[in-house]
Amino acid sequence: MDGKVQLQKQLFDYTASLFQEGFLDNQFNQLEQLQDESNPDFVVEVVTLFFDDAERILNELTTSLGQEKIDFKRLDAHVHQLKGSSSSIGAQRVHEACIPFRNFCTEQNVEGCLKSLQQVKHEYSLVKSKLETLFKMEEELLASSLADLKVV
Amino acid sequence: MASGSSSSNWVMESGDIPHVLAVDDSLVDRKLVEKLLRNSCCKVTTAENGPKALELLGLSSGEQNTLNGRSKVNLVITDYCMPGMTGYELLKKIKQSSVMKEVPVVIMSSENIPTRVNKCLEEGAQMFILKPLKQSDVKQLTCQLMNLGR
Repeated sequence: MDGKVQLQKQLFDYTASLFQEGFLDNQFNQLEQLQDESNPDFVVEVVTLFFDDAERILNELTTSLGQEKIDFKRLDAHVHQLKGSSSSIGAQRVHEACIPFRNFCTEQNVEGCLKSLQQVKHEYSLVKSKLETLFKMEEELLASSLADLKVV
Repeated sequence: MASGSSSSNWVMESGDIPHVLAVDDSLVDRKLVEKLLRNSCCKVTTAENGPKALELLGLSSGEQNTLNGRSKVNLVITDYCMPGMTGYELLKKIKQSSVMKEVPVVIMSSENIPTRVNKCLEEGAQMFILKPLKQSDVKQLTCQLMNLGR
């Protein structure tokens, strides 16, 4: 029983820190509130879709910026997509990193775009790692709860 | 959201579950809007772009109704920024059709640009909602629809 309480506290504190440090915002709470018995894995599912989407877009951005003649309109469209999806799941720092990126696209500033891409990739890998840790903690807590149920 | 069994003032016959067509090119956003609407007791069909939405509504030239034959769409909710046909263009096509022009269309956008909002409302959009979508937005939306008289 003690182990479970400790896990609960760890999970609570970890989640709180993600919000405090700005990795997540209120929109993530919205996702959690939508999760119910009819869809108990909703948050993991949506976040996984976001990971797949983000990785696809980051690859496209890298390729696009490597071209001789850069299509800034296309670049901007991709950044806009990433800005939107990160906002929809509450990945605040990724969302915010996309904003100056879009400005550089409009200005057709290659250096600025390259710097922004690095920043977005950095923020993305941070939030991905943190969310994966969060989900792992939730799994452990669930496993611990189920183990409790088995003890008669 | 009121329970599904209560009588409603929906535009369709009372007792029916509202059928919403949600259009968005983003898979993440489609999943989110679908869950938000399902949690508000709506039946949801999603489309990833304008042309597919028109097809589902039976408005593509030469196409037979695929959705409207059996289940009537009571609301269309669409993203504004989509490659190819924008949400605004989709709105116009729906409002120009004789069959579907009465169906309320809601536009979603991550950008709060007054000229954009105004042009959508002038073209007959029921509402303009700012993304990211929240439960309170969907509640407001469904309440407004309840009040649409026929």
